[in-house]
Amino acid sequence: MTLAKRIVPCLDVDHGRVVKGINFVNLRSAGDPVELAQRYCEARADELVFLDITASPEKRKILERVVRDVAENINIPFTVGGGIRGEDDVRMVLCSGADKVSVNTAAVEEPRLIPRLSKIFGSQCVVVAIDAKRRYDSEGPVIVKTTEGDCWFEVYTYGGRKATGLDAILWAQKVAKLGAGELLVTSMDRDGTEKGYDLELTLTISEKVNIPVIASGGAGKPENFYDAFTIGKADAALAASVFHYDKFPIPLIKKYLVERGIEMRP
Amino acid sequence: MDIDILDYGVGNLFSLKCALQKAGADPRIVTIIELGDEIDGLIMPGVGSFTAALRKIGTSQTKIFDLIDSGTVVLGICLGMQIFFKESEEGRGEGLGIIPGRVVKFREDVKIPHMGWNNLKIVKFNELIEGLADESYVYFVHSYYPSPSRRDFIITETDYGVTFPSILAHENLYGTQFHPEKSGEAGLIILRNFVKIVKR
Repeated sequence: MTLAKRIVPCLDVDHGRVVKGINFVNLRSAGDPVELAQRYCEARADELVFLDITASPEKRKILERVVRDVAENINIPFTVGGGIRGEDDVRMVLCSGADKVSVNTAAVEEPRLIPRLSKIFGSQCVVVAIDAKRRYDSEGPVIVKTTEGDCWFEVYTYGGRKATGLDAILWAQKVAKLGAGELLVTSMDRDGTEKGYDLELTLTISEKVNIPVIASGGAGKPENFYDAFTIGKADAALAASVFHYDKFPIPLIKKYLVERGIEMRP
Repeated sequence: MDIDILDYGVGNLFSLKCALQKAGADPRIVTIIELGDEIDGLIMPGVGSFTAALRKIGTSQTKIFDLIDSGTVVLGICLGMQIFFKESEEGRGEGLGIIPGRVVKFREDVKIPHMGWNNLKIVKFNELIEGLADESYVYFVHSYYPSPSRRDFIITETDYGVTFPSILAHENLYGTQFHPEKSGEAGLIILRNFVKIVKR
């Protein structure tokens, strides 16, 4: 027996409501975060991720209230991200009941934030989220051979709005070295498309770091989860739309995976 | 029945409090200064680092020893359990040294931290695991694990590159290397049992 692979529903929260978009845009409403969290917990999700995806003046207040309400109602671990800028934000989120925080933009702009946070709160709390998009030109430092041709992966910040020029593979290795406890790797190309995870992206990063990798972006059916764990070598697979719209309930996906020999908390 | 949760000043105690309420208790979250001297149960939670937590407890270690001597039932969770030991590879500082042995780091050939759901293999029966099925999955987040010098403290074991103790018990002292407050129904069973032991 060994560590079970994790199924992680993700709730993108905008003004206190769960929303879901395609390729990071065209958001539509998917329900109340606390209700969805409870439902996923009862369906034996292994973990939850909450991302406050829009910057708004009232963001912090909403985030804190949602985090507390969720924490009161579930007994599985959960990660909160979106607009985390520094130590005080992390403390607020953790004290409200979250187990981990996810940082993206702030880490890109100030990489020293990562060792600082892991020193204070422990590296297990610090999830670095990497939003990556394929670029089919030869300008990147790490060219990956894919079925669609050679490409490199560029890191985006500000919820997919800003291209950074940073290579996602090198960035993943750097943050792992700086003390990140886990990586949440989202393919912007696949986000919301339900065409399956970007397995080349997931695999390349999984093989280069010695911390857990959560595959994200593109889950549409049970096979996609299987591929993320086997071909992509991911430790966890995150999904949103498949769960929100009840296309594939979590127990069904878990059953599919267990039958194919994937270690799962049943 | 009074149960205190000891706050070292970092991290998430809110979930633990909520989980204990569901298990039938109404715990207080207290600093070492506020810690009651006639409490029935004490929870040493599992956030922060070995050194940081010990620094918070500081010279008040005697307060914890007095509680243990007077029969207070103690549950150490993750780091809270590691403090039962005298020393840890994680960093400097002298732990309570109530359980002989030490706290060591996972080998380099596994991903660290050990984070996620893994299962408990029951080594011997204890009231803390009454009603818990063998091989139940619980949630772990840690890079270090306890290595007691005697096997008779070990209630359950878990495999992760090595086989390590995941629940320890010694008289009125209980420790879990995982987080029962984050372990779904399996965790709730353990917390209910703890509350039952405290009530007795």
